[in-house]
Amino acid sequence: MNQAKTYLLTPEACDQLFARLEERFDLYAPVRVPAGGRYAQTDSILYRQIHKYSEIEFRERSTYPMKEVLTPITQTLFYFTEDEYRESKGPKKDMLVFGRACDLNSIKIQDQMYLKNGDVEDYFYKRVRDRVKFVLMECTTQFDGCFCCSVGANQTDLHSLAASFREDGVYFEVRDKEFEEYFRGAEPSDYEIRFPQENEMKVKYPVIDSLDLANKIKGHPMWKEFDERCIGCGSCTVACSTCTCFETTDLVYTQNAHVGERRRTCSSCMVDGFDRVAGGASFRKTTAEKYRYKILHKVYGYDARFHQGPMCVGCGRCSARCPQLISYPETLNKLSKAIEEIKQEEGARNG
Amino acid sequence: MVENPVRPRAAKILGIFPQAEKEWTFRVENSAPVRHGQFMQLSIPRVGEAPISISGFGDGYVDFTIRKVGKVTDELFALKKGDIIFLRGCYGNGWPVEKMKGKNIVVVAGGTGVSPVKSLINMFYKDPDYAKEIYLILGFKNSKSILFADELKQWKAAEHFHTFYTLDNEDCPGWNKGLVTGFIGKIPFDSFDGNYECIVVGPPVMMKFSGAELLKNNVPEEKIWMSFERKMSCAIGKCGHCRIDETYVCLDGPIFNYTIGKKLVD
Repeated sequence: MNQAKTYLLTPEACDQLFARLEERFDLYAPVRVPAGGRYAQTDSILYRQIHKYSEIEFRERSTYPMKEVLTPITQTLFYFTEDEYRESKGPKKDMLVFGRACDLNSIKIQDQMYLKNGDVEDYFYKRVRDRVKFVLMECTTQFDGCFCCSVGANQTDLHSLAASFREDGVYFEVRDKEFEEYFRGAEPSDYEIRFPQENEMKVKYPVIDSLDLANKIKGHPMWKEFDERCIGCGSCTVACSTCTCFETTDLVYTQNAHVGERRRTCSSCMVDGFDRVAGGASFRKTTAEKYRYKILHKVYGYDARFHQGPMCVGCGRCSARCPQLISYPETLNKLSKAIEEIKQEEGARNG
Repeated sequence: MVENPVRPRAAKILGIFPQAEKEWTFRVENSAPVRHGQFMQLSIPRVGEAPISISGFGDGYVDFTIRKVGKVTDELFALKKGDIIFLRGCYGNGWPVEKMKGKNIVVVAGGTGVSPVKSLINMFYKDPDYAKEIYLILGFKNSKSILFADELKQWKAAEHFHTFYTLDNEDCPGWNKGLVTGFIGKIPFDSFDGNYECIVVGPPVMMKFSGAELLKNNVPEEKIWMSFERKMSCAIGKCGHCRIDETYVCLDGPIFNYTIGKKLVD
């Protein structure tokens, strides 16, 4: 039974709500950036700070994932002088971030990496994460290549509010009691916000249950085709809701070379240099090896370490962003087949 | 204020000791506790940060023996005694020293791979009762790349040490010629009565073949320990660069038993 209260707000009432929320929160949601797309006359849909209902693009999937609000592609960690590193300032206000069920579920994976792995909390992630609350955006339609239901990322409980955006208004469901005051006097509604129940695309997510099997898969010929097809550009990992890897780089101010910033920049295991040690040696030289490394992290490595299921929320952005039209779900299907083959071979050998 | 695990602290360079043409030892102020085989993140503002093995440590200092091969290391070589660099750590699990108590120890190390095991060898040298006999197979490319020459001499002279020093491809008085793997067969494993541990450190290819050679000499996998080198940006399990499947070299290593290390396929 749905215990949470739901209200219907007109666009004007929604703007008033946002104005009141902005006393405490900075609001972040997907907005359309005209002509900001990869090709001529295409738009981008990016996460930006918003103030009004009309700014939010709810009709399409955002080009890049919600994670960039919490972990921007580039952020300044420290300012340094000759004898000191000093932390940059964290967010000035609390943040309210709008995202879909897959986006919210990706935050659990970000939390796992930044807050739990190694039993050490990342200072820079933590100071943002502690100030973020989420608004679930209902998926009233599905987008090309969505498969959240196949990875169990279609439901979430991470949000304080849920919203169903319409052309003529917004249904808001209030889950977190501290938000009730914002809806006093608003028009109640019996509309029920739902999670996606079924995707058009269904993926049988492969299961690799041991390191030995993972190592056998590394030698399978299925990866070879990606040497030809994949160009190692890293678009998929930038677009990925769950990828967390980063690089640390220093830069100096031109007028005083002793003063500068240390930055964290999102990095990609698909790109040369990701594994390069001093002296120039690297461990995954071919694009096929890099692609295999990425896929097996999603399917095997993450779950083997944390026992939290796949490192994927089925948002479909990696495939949507691939300039070579490589389908991640199709790769998973090939991987499932490779696992079958290896198991059959072993069965035949043992039998 | 919450402690920030990646904020580097300023540390003065106490001394610089050239070892070879391209390898110098930097002695740097440090008060953090150190275990043999650990590493630190070393920063030079505006150049960046890199993980560096600790090659020695003592009261108030750590030593880093660094080869001039990277962006951070190149810049280091321009610094002088008294200059400031930045450190954080120590990181990593370190060698299983408890396990080595009272045992014969075989060390196979090549080139800068001697660094991460040097402080441990020195402990065995200074405290002859800690372990039993110490067998060192240490290899360098040529006479110009020999590291820790003074210590090598001391170890050679110690009664409980048995040393096989070799150069890959140069004839040099007092040195053997050939790869370290060629000397593994000279270790009297049969006489150890199972009471020993082996250490292997060096470039990946050298470690691979040394491991294989040890197995060929009937050394059980559980008695072989290796130190891994991988790229790291954070050393606290966040940046992802050192990950191999479910293993993070920074958190779970850099020292791995062969039973685990043999399965780490990048």
